Amino acid sequence: MTHLPYILASYGLATVIALTLSIGAALRLKKARMRLAVLERPSDRTTGATSSL
Amino acid sequence: MSATPTLVARAGTFFHRYANPGRFLKLGARLQPWLTWPALLLTLVGLGWGLFFSPADWQQGDSVRIMYVHVPAAMLASAGYAGLAVCAVLSLVWRHPLADLAAVEIGPVGACITALCLATGSLWGKPMWGTWWVWDARLTSVLVLFFLYLGHIALIRAFDDPQRGYKAAAILALAGAVDLPVIKFSVQWWNTLHQPDSITLTGAPTMSSSMLWPLALSTLGFSLGFAAIVLARTRAAVMESRIRSLLSSPRRRAGNASGDAA
Repeated sequence: MTHLPYILASYGLATVIALTLSIGAALRLKKARMRLAVLERPSDRTTGATSSL
Repeated sequence: MSATPTLVARAGTFFHRYANPGRFLKLGARLQPWLTWPALLLTLVGLGWGLFFSPADWQQGDSVRIMYVHVPAAMLASAGYAGLAVCAVLSLVWRHPLADLAAVEIGPVGACITALCLATGSLWGKPMWGTWWVWDARLTSVLVLFFLYLGHIALIRAFDDPQRGYKAAAILALAGAVDLPVIKFSVQWWNTLHQPDSITLTGAPTMSSSMLWPLALSTLGFSLGFAAIVLARTRAAVMESRIRSLLSSPRRRAGNASGDAA
């Protein structure tokens, strides 16, 4: 392979961007889901209301 | 005369069916694994095939393997912006609340994929053209697209009232859509250093099937991955919006106040 550094840099960059975006999205989703579960739990218990979501 | 409003109203009813956050979250949760796992599998197979098993080009040698990253990124950069323009229409015409949230989430992902397209283009250009960058019509129009993405990200967060930010960014997304045909046809309209399209809708592809298959797989994988990331971010945004409304609800504030008093 004569142009190996350019090829590796391209694939490496793609991997870094894909991992950053997907891990970021997964963590954000997990955090939002957990916070929402915590916020909705007490109100369900006290009022018996179901979530509008 | 009456046909147009009816059509617009019918379309509005269709789109608003998915404006309900609960319905969207349910649909999104069901759709998420069907996007994520095929995306991962197709991308790994496509890139692995392109990197290790597809043949080298007779002129470009092994550097043609950059194509399996660059071409999907280039297609998605334009497709992502087209998605922003669709969200802008949904927001401006039908005031669809999820369209604004989706636009906020598409912007950064689209900017990253456009940056990847520009960077891999430079990495391909250096060994082939002997330079990292030329002010060629195709390269310049994609750079303009990158700036449009950055402008959209900045504009949507620039106002205290989010609705004004959504509206301004939607107008920018629609105006910027003019760049999409310029990118597509730049290699035909101007004499550019960038090669013409190898795959068109009307003609047979001008590349060997041993290169076309890994390219098709990686393009499909990247596309599903883009959709999966945007869906996950939009689901998170809907949940965060719900969290904000719960935290600012009068009942919760009253509960907090009574708790403090006690």
